[in-house]
Amino acid sequence: MRTFLFLAIVVLSGTGGDIAVTHAMKQIGEVRSFVPRALLGVLRRVSQSGWMWLGIALMALAFFSWLTLLSWAEVSFAVPATAVNFIVGALGAKFLLKERVSKARWAGMLLVSAGVALVCVAH
Amino acid sequence: MKSSRNLPPKTFPLLFLVPVFSSLGNVLLGKGMRGMGEIQYLSFSTLAVYFLKTLSSVWIWLGISSLLLFFVSYLLVLSWADYSYVLPVTATGYVLAPLLAHLLLGEVVPGTRWVGAAFIFLGVALVGRTPPSTTGRG
Repeated sequence: MRTFLFLAIVVLSGTGGDIAVTHAMKQIGEVRSFVPRALLGVLRRVSQSGWMWLGIALMALAFFSWLTLLSWAEVSFAVPATAVNFIVGALGAKFLLKERVSKARWAGMLLVSAGVALVCVAH
Repeated sequence: MKSSRNLPPKTFPLLFLVPVFSSLGNVLLGKGMRGMGEIQYLSFSTLAVYFLKTLSSVWIWLGISSLLLFFVSYLLVLSWADYSYVLPVTATGYVLAPLLAHLLLGEVVPGTRWVGAAFIFLGVALVGRTPPSTTGRG
């Protein structure tokens, strides 16, 4: 039971972190120049974004819950199970980030998710 | 439609770097941690010594640098591309691992793994054909 609880924390805080970070980057806007000066400017804006820090905090939570989970759970179960990330991520992108997730993208996402589970189960 | 041709040439190199730096970073960290030995018992002083030992490992620092580069390329590509585009496309790392294990290390890769890799490849090809940015802001 606690395995599923921790798996849920890992998946939800991991994708939640990704979504907060994506939102922060979309607010900052497209990075068009890659010269050091421009990148430093982006870094300054990144460090001032509340969404970015929320995202990093959620990713850290996901990382430490993952380590905790791995201290008892079978890796051969836990790693393939994270393929759920792709589905949860797509739902978050659609409903929170308002991205248009087309049928082709859903189909691709499901294939990738199944593929990741297969690759990891055979580990 | 604006979004269908909205694919800056910088997108592909970055989408390639994301899984490369992330898997490279994890391999390097793994190598560094193996060299540390197992933690025998938990106390503040043993953990502190272990922590300092970790920080003196070159592999650990290479791993951390690689993961930082992963995060920077991830942020840059997310500044214009959709999350629902970047997430599946960067899953190519899972295909790279069995391929490299087979080619470089001569490992025998079980059939199910190749089937999984083919699924990922097809999925990435499908998602790769969709417009990378649909929110109109990128």
